[in-house]
Amino acid sequence: MNIAIIKYNAGNIRSVEFALQRLGIQAEITADPERIKSADKVIFPGVGEAFNTMKYLREHKLDELIVSLKQPVLGICLGLQLMCRHSEEGDTECLGIFDEEVKRFINVREENGYKVPQMGWNTISGLQTMLFDASLDNPYVYFVHSYYATIGSHTIATTQYTQSFSAALHKNNFYATQFHPEKSGPVGAQILKNFIEL
Amino acid sequence: MLAKRIIPCLDIKDGQTVKGVNFLDIKNVGDPVELGALYAQQGADELVFLDITASHEKRKTLVELVQRIARHINIPFTVGGGVSELADADALLAAGCDKLSINSAVVRNPKLIDQMANGFGSQFVVVAIDAKLDCGKWTVFVNGGRIATDKELFTWAKEAESRGAGEILFTSMNHDGVKTGFACEAIAQLSESLSIPVIASGGAGSMEHFKDVFTYGKADAGLAASIFHFKEIAIPDLKKYLADQGITMRI
Repeated sequence: MNIAIIKYNAGNIRSVEFALQRLGIQAEITADPERIKSADKVIFPGVGEAFNTMKYLREHKLDELIVSLKQPVLGICLGLQLMCRHSEEGDTECLGIFDEEVKRFINVREENGYKVPQMGWNTISGLQTMLFDASLDNPYVYFVHSYYATIGSHTIATTQYTQSFSAALHKNNFYATQFHPEKSGPVGAQILKNFIEL
Repeated sequence: MLAKRIIPCLDIKDGQTVKGVNFLDIKNVGDPVELGALYAQQGADELVFLDITASHEKRKTLVELVQRIARHINIPFTVGGGVSELADADALLAAGCDKLSINSAVVRNPKLIDQMANGFGSQFVVVAIDAKLDCGKWTVFVNGGRIATDKELFTWAKEAESRGAGEILFTSMNHDGVKTGFACEAIAQLSESLSIPVIASGGAGSMEHFKDVFTYGKADAGLAASIFHFKEIAIPDLKKYLADQGITMRI
């Protein structure tokens, strides 16, 4: 099995590579369009800022490439946000795979103790698709984010933080998680494994 | 609901974990990667690896160790100690580090917080603050608690936040290693004055101390070292106790 992790100007891509290695899977971190196109599965990870990252993707024509992929693709964190239509972060036009809008958490700390970013372990529920098998019962997964995707027709998991938001999205061959499966212990490993086995 | 986090801290010297009592009299307690993996398995929510001698000896944090940790551990981890340049941060990020804890370097050069937040994102930047309460004032110390500065805890934390810190790791030097409980009052004040998460450190000696720091102290995460290293409190027991007390825990 050929797994490509898209290499771009985002942070901590190696964590995904290491997480796959722990599952006994050797992935390739690459920006080569041909390698990405011919891979069995593609992972689009990301930690960073939306505007500059989209700019980078456009400059390197990775935006067109990602949208055109036919094999299962998994976006992670910023990857999910960039696969949406638009992000409030830098008022950025994104890839538009999912119709959902990306908004900033409004800090309502004074009333409810919410902080921004949401940093830490929260539960996901309403789980749909094969990304989440039946053994995953409202599990805790690890989040670090200040922006979230709204809930829409592509939502396959939700999380509650200041309000309900999309913890995962799915449309055709495209999957995405706002949380970091590569950092979410055994639960995250299971979700990565489920993606690989799609 | 977002869970409160339990974070074992592994202080590292010469590749081994150690725990100082009030930052002095250092004792050896094991291999950091092995210990970290064990904690992750037991339910630790995150890990912090601090190279406690790095800043004093001007030694770079070991990139190799970070890579070994990243390969083996499936939960987030923070690395700190002696990081003073963007290039160091870049190397650690590339090695697989999730967050960087910076302390002395940003007290001397606060703009480094802006640069790191802009370069790598706020989520990568944990500003660690060691402070000591003396005559009603919390004074910030650097170089592993060796040197007092003219900074005051609350104003410095606020500045760090406004410069782009993603989290504050506050260690009360009065409480560290003494095991009589966290500095809950100061932690609550910090947590209420900031909109970013606060990790409380220094003073954990019992399970009740964690309950106090999450309730009265309003901390987002509780950090401890020796009680875990010396098996005085097992993480599964601690998390079960806190959950029973009505505190949201990942179990």
